[in-house]
Amino acid sequence: MDLSYSDEEKAFRAEVRAFLEEKLPKEMSDKIRKGEELGKAGQEEWHAILNAQGWLAPNWPKKFGGAEWNAVQRHIFEEEAAAHYAPRIVPFGLSMLAPVLQKFGSQEQNDYWLPRILSGEDWWCQGYSEPGAGSDLASLKTEAVLNEEGTHYIVNGQKTWTTLGQHANMIFCLVRTDKTVKQQEGISFLLIDMDTPGVEVRPIILLDGTHEVNEVWFTDCKVPVENLVGEENKGWTYAKYLLTHERTNIAGVGFSQAGLTAVKRIARAEMSGGKPLMENPHFAARVARVEIDLMAMSTTNLRIVSKAAAGAAPGVESSMLKVKGTIIRQEINDLARRAAGAYAMPFASEAIEGSNLALPDPLNAGPVAAQYFNNRKLSIFGGSNEIQRQIIAKTTMGGGA
Amino acid sequence: MNFDLTEERQMLQDSLRRFLRDKYDTATRNKILESNTGFSADIWNGLAELGVIGALFTEDQGGFGGAGFDIAVVFEELGRAGVVEPFLDTAVLGGGLIAELGNDDQKAHVEEIIGGALQLAFAHGEPTSRYDMNRVSTTAKADGDNVVLNGRKAVVVNAENADMLVVSARESGDVADEDGISLFLVPADAKGITLQGYALLAGGRAAEITLDDVTVPASARLGDAGKAYPAIEARIAAANVAICAETLGAMETACRLTRDYLMTRKQFGKPIGTFQALAHRMSDLLIEMEQARSAVIVAAGHLEHPHKARESHVSAAKNLLGRAGRLVAEDSIQMHGGIAMTQEYELAHIAKRIIMADHRFGDTDHHLERYIAIAAA
Repeated sequence: MDLSYSDEEKAFRAEVRAFLEEKLPKEMSDKIRKGEELGKAGQEEWHAILNAQGWLAPNWPKKFGGAEWNAVQRHIFEEEAAAHYAPRIVPFGLSMLAPVLQKFGSQEQNDYWLPRILSGEDWWCQGYSEPGAGSDLASLKTEAVLNEEGTHYIVNGQKTWTTLGQHANMIFCLVRTDKTVKQQEGISFLLIDMDTPGVEVRPIILLDGTHEVNEVWFTDCKVPVENLVGEENKGWTYAKYLLTHERTNIAGVGFSQAGLTAVKRIARAEMSGGKPLMENPHFAARVARVEIDLMAMSTTNLRIVSKAAAGAAPGVESSMLKVKGTIIRQEINDLARRAAGAYAMPFASEAIEGSNLALPDPLNAGPVAAQYFNNRKLSIFGGSNEIQRQIIAKTTMGGGA
Repeated sequence: MNFDLTEERQMLQDSLRRFLRDKYDTATRNKILESNTGFSADIWNGLAELGVIGALFTEDQGGFGGAGFDIAVVFEELGRAGVVEPFLDTAVLGGGLIAELGNDDQKAHVEEIIGGALQLAFAHGEPTSRYDMNRVSTTAKADGDNVVLNGRKAVVVNAENADMLVVSARESGDVADEDGISLFLVPADAKGITLQGYALLAGGRAAEITLDDVTVPASARLGDAGKAYPAIEARIAAANVAICAETLGAMETACRLTRDYLMTRKQFGKPIGTFQALAHRMSDLLIEMEQARSAVIVAAGHLEHPHKARESHVSAAKNLLGRAGRLVAEDSIQMHGGIAMTQEYELAHIAKRIIMADHRFGDTDHHLERYIAIAAA
């Protein structure tokens, strides 16, 4: 047992810090710190900066142009990135689609799509959930039927909760290609150009006024058969692979650490009874309790990360980290809005363009209440916490999930 | 013991519920939320005509209610429908303070308030006062027959729509002394007042107010110089009863929507309410609803009681409603899933009303601390 990082890991952390201090634009980190949205152009700028450094694809093998970092290195990078208020990289192409292509895609698909992901030429979004298929994803109904010539699939149906679909030009979808078999055995993994006639993106406005998710509708869309990944009707296997292998940052440790720092900053600025709120023992106890939870959870995360670095696939632990990680992040969001007092009440959402300019914010707290509401999504998406608990229960008591 | 509403209050509840059911649906409210004023004049006048504002004043004051139970009945219905119109600010706070402290000339405004013709805002909280009712650093300095006000007021709800502001300012004493605080009735367009307005997350609007040598006649003072604190504390107690009742009404709506959703939304081939993990959580919400209702009844019933009993029960209710409200808002969203995250679904607004109620006149933690302090005093 040794709780310290190795010399190599420490050197790596120093290298990451130096990079962030030099290359992360200040106006970008200011925006992230204040809870503002970066927008498409900002996202693309950070994407390009990381790509130039060769750190854009930390999880890809070197032969595909990745950094091939191990799990501990990735963890260190994520921790430092959050601490420096670096933007989160949009994960759909880089860490969701790419591993599936690398494992199950054809040589042609990898040669064509991977460089375009790195260059930013393609912005990918994910077409999984449907109005009737949320937690029960396998019941999805969007249908792809091969035409008579065998050259194209004709796709009809609707996807929903498509994150940043308004910026995307490509979408990877789970579609039904066989209705006669068991649900999971009739699903395929298809890549669809959003410019195809018949694709329509409709915005969904969230409760904090932001537009980050969409509905995507498909009406008789012609998709070339070359865009099928792997084999027809094996899509469920690929989707599960994607889920089990892309959960390194599932605990959100870096986000929680940055969030806790923000809570303390707000609570030092906010006065209560003539003293900073941070000196109120009741409030300080709340902060301390979540800090203790976070300390333990980040260690759990490291224990699992170390195992994964040694090659073991994370199992039920990812579900545990998702549940605990989201509880902690949401508790921190709750503390931030509490700390701001009456100044949590203004509608400080970035949804209203330039709204922050006109808003009073003596605490420099940012849109804490809007973030509190927005992050209710954390325990809903990517497999709700109820589904995660079901996985844990089935795995530990039901003889395997 | 009798927990039934009086016949008058029952009629008020029925007519108010009917009015709001017919005229305040989600689409109507969402339009009001997006409007520049943050409220609907039609709804405001319609509810004034219905007698909703009159029900918040006693007979002596010119109304026909004004007790804790009247406030609770009205605000529970407003909360149930997610109403954002400024009844709390105009009637319970501004109007209540005028009715309590004003001279005959000032009290003449109460009739206009009850009729819906006059709107008010209570400019009391300051950037560094958080939830301390006694912490007032805005100053009032006598200048011959006039008084000159200087200072800054934070998150003053309904300030832009208000015809007059009820402004607290210190005439003597240290910044946190209860003694030395006065209230002034100030025309909103008085020289030296600057408003910086903004929309609120849960609907309605507020403003930061700067008072820069605002000069008013000494006759603008409400009550005796430096002696306004007891009335401020009492009206904030009434406001907290209103906020708790409103939250209770909103929680009722959240629970109704969630129960309906659990019984109709199907996943894995059956309604999701048949999954025990969700069924038990729904049961917990219903248990907490009963707790919340009782806390509101007890606080409303003690609003006319002596200081210690009144404040203790108000803080108890605000603490319990804060806890139960958070549970109901968060679990309702969670059990719905993504749909509850969307602005156009009714629950989104209702959940915001529930959570943001915790940010006015003391949150869950503040009132727990206060409850302990009152018991120890």
